[in-house]
Amino acid sequence: MMARTIDFAQGWRSMQIGITKLEKHVEGLPGHSLNSEQYINLYTTVYVMCTQKPPHDHAEKLYNKYREVVEEYTKSTVLPALRKTYDDEYMLLRVLLERCSIHKKMVRRLSRIFHYVDRYFVVRNSLLSLEEVGLACFVDMVYNTLQLRVREAVIAIVDKEREGDDTGIDRALLENVKDIYVEIGMGKMKRYEQDLESFMLEGTASYYSRKASRWIQEYSYFDYIRKSEECVKKEKKRVSHYLYASSEPKLVKIVEHELFVVYANKLLEKKHSEFREIAGGLEPITNIFKQHVEDTDGQDTAAIRKVIEVHDKYIVYVTKCLENQTIFHKSLKEAFKFFCSKAVSGSSLSDESLATICDRIIILKKWASEELSDEAIEKVVKFLAYISDDKDLFAEFYKKKLARRLLLNRDASDDHERGIITKLKQQFGGNFTYKMEGMVTDLTLSRQNQNSFDEYVANNPAAKPGIDLSVTLLTTSVWPSYKTFDVNLPSEMVKCVEIFKVFYETKHKRRKLTWLHSLETCHINGKFDQKPIDLIVSTHQAAVLLLFNTRDKLNYTDIQTQLNLRHEDLVWVLHSLSCAKYKVLIKEPATETVSKTDVFEVNSKFTSRTGGVKIPLSHVDERKKVVEYVNNDRRYAIEASIVRIMKGKKVLGHEQLVSECVKQLSGMFKPDVKAIKTRIEELIARDYLERDKMNPNMFRYLA
Amino acid sequence: MDRIDHLFNQYANTSSNLIDPEGIEELCSNLEVPHTDIRILMLAWKMKAEKQGYFTQEEWRRGLKALRADTLSKLKKALPELEKEVRRQSNFADFYAYAFRYCLTEEKQKSIDIETICQLLDIVMGSTFRAQVDYFVEYLKIQNDYKVINMDQWMGFYRFCNEISFPEMTEYNPELAWPLVLDSFVEWISEKQA
Repeated sequence: MMARTIDFAQGWRSMQIGITKLEKHVEGLPGHSLNSEQYINLYTTVYVMCTQKPPHDHAEKLYNKYREVVEEYTKSTVLPALRKTYDDEYMLLRVLLERCSIHKKMVRRLSRIFHYVDRYFVVRNSLLSLEEVGLACFVDMVYNTLQLRVREAVIAIVDKEREGDDTGIDRALLENVKDIYVEIGMGKMKRYEQDLESFMLEGTASYYSRKASRWIQEYSYFDYIRKSEECVKKEKKRVSHYLYASSEPKLVKIVEHELFVVYANKLLEKKHSEFREIAGGLEPITNIFKQHVEDTDGQDTAAIRKVIEVHDKYIVYVTKCLENQTIFHKSLKEAFKFFCSKAVSGSSLSDESLATICDRIIILKKWASEELSDEAIEKVVKFLAYISDDKDLFAEFYKKKLARRLLLNRDASDDHERGIITKLKQQFGGNFTYKMEGMVTDLTLSRQNQNSFDEYVANNPAAKPGIDLSVTLLTTSVWPSYKTFDVNLPSEMVKCVEIFKVFYETKHKRRKLTWLHSLETCHINGKFDQKPIDLIVSTHQAAVLLLFNTRDKLNYTDIQTQLNLRHEDLVWVLHSLSCAKYKVLIKEPATETVSKTDVFEVNSKFTSRTGGVKIPLSHVDERKKVVEYVNNDRRYAIEASIVRIMKGKKVLGHEQLVSECVKQLSGMFKPDVKAIKTRIEELIARDYLERDKMNPNMFRYLA
Repeated sequence: MDRIDHLFNQYANTSSNLIDPEGIEELCSNLEVPHTDIRILMLAWKMKAEKQGYFTQEEWRRGLKALRADTLSKLKKALPELEKEVRRQSNFADFYAYAFRYCLTEEKQKSIDIETICQLLDIVMGSTFRAQVDYFVEYLKIQNDYKVINMDQWMGFYRFCNEISFPEMTEYNPELAWPLVLDSFVEWISEKQA
């Protein structure tokens, strides 16, 4: 126990020695650390000086001395160090951070030594605590004088990075700077927000304002949009390096404002004029979009961006389709307008309708009441193909329509069809189009073959079909599959078939011929009372009609026995001849449907304005079949993909398997996750895969 | 062994030397256990019986030996203990899978029709997961997508009962590898509850 009173001057002298040591120690100078005994001595000295009876109670003096020490320390050690960093931003920040941290350490240690002052004197007199005093000192003497320089240093570094100058950027350093503000703010964000954040936001705004005003002049519309999107992305990434997460949304909003909102109208004008250059007459489209932007009041960046996004999609189409030519057909424009308005309103056309439109355009050679050149047709088809959602579905429908055109619409030029297919090949790749090409080739070869056949018949007295026979040869693998309704042909036709078969075998010994009677057309001349009429009918219809050459009246059963058709098929054929538009046969009783007890005879009173009549058979729903076919194809494709992936990886988690699968198939169609799951389960049931015993979300490939 | 064989002969069909469905029915009535009770299935499991409705002499011996029962009364007494054994977490999954395989009567059969599945679920899981079984059975009867259930789907349901709280089902994530039939089941319940 200390008995004697400590005189202030004396006490302070011993304190000073310890404090000086401490100052040297926090500087990192070796050999000046205080051991615990020295530490306790200092603490005790303070304690005694505070608790001595007046007039030796020196708490107040100690409090003031404490402040003096910190101020002196700051003046003699911290400020000179900072002054040395005159022009170098990095050095300034580095030294500042260093000094801040050392200062903090110093204040803390000192406060501990002077702790007793804190406990009673400070509290009793409602004064700033020792730590607060220390911090205030730093703020007054260091922070306030340097604040401006620090902020400018930070923004200079950020701007440098924005300009693309990545060299020597010390991100770790930058990240720590913001912490100073929170320190200074005693753990609260107010200082940070007021002193750093608001300044950075302002700086960002002015940076982008400058840039935008230049870019809007220099860049094309596309490039401006692209560049701006890039900037937003980069700013999002960058902001976390020097500001807190809470600042990100504020900053991004500012960037978007400067780049998009401020120039919204100018951007539209830009588009407008640029498009007039690329493709004259795009006004209708830009008007639609302009209207949309006006509707969203031009203030809502998100809405504007969506409109721009949709518009850009179509601009890509236009540029790709037109390849920067200035020709822009009215029909393409119409198409464009039509699809744009659909897209903006959210709906889209099915792949089937797109294929149907293509078919109509090719057959009619016009669209939107404008005659189209072959070249224009190619462009329109390419465009429609491009915007289809599921390429494989579109291709399948297109193929079906192509087949019909080739078989029934004999006027269409092969070269033209080939040209279109080539354009599609560029879009889809050879996979989808090689069959189409095969079909067109078949037609060309068929024609050559027909010539040979005609020659053969001319030179071969024994081979006289007696009827004009024209045969189209289809290579099975490339054409859609057609049902073959086998029917007992009339003898005249049987003869034709035989002769052709013999002829064909002379050229191709090992090929098998299957006749597709459902696709055939026969021209029959009917000698009706008023006048003879040429009837264009299918082979089945012809077979029925020719039966009446030998008999006047035939009942259902007779016909069926003779022709050997299935009930459904025969009903179908008889219906078309007796109950539809052209009643070439009279049916007794004259009901709407054909039944097994009906009796038929030729309608001799049948006549028509024209000399020739085509009697159609009603069509089966093709659409369903195509969709089914594609779905089946897809099922195989998905399974094959899963097996491929699992074979490679051996073990894979469910989610990865699904995403790999989607990725693999993305070029053709977007597989539905449910469909993939179903296939996986199928493969498990077929012992291709198994679930891992430990983790049911993992699959294992079974060799 | 003799007593076990003797007991076997009491129920076995003399010409085939197997205990056939009739014999099993008699056994059940002597044990005072209903014919469709889960304990018979458990007994079959213990015996590792292969064919549903039949016990071979070897299977009989195996089972009773394991249960240390050579008389009817001992067998009866062994049943509660057997049940406890089967219901142990480590065994139940195996038993559950066994129950499915046991119902595969044809040679290459890999799945079981909905009707049988519903009955089986009731027997095997009815006492422990009443609510899930009731809902799932209702769903299976209403839906049209599945006419049969395979082993993977069967085991999936077991995992479902054990891992997913019912009827909240908050943990259920259809993006994981749950069998599709369960995805549809969960969807159906959610729609019902809406």
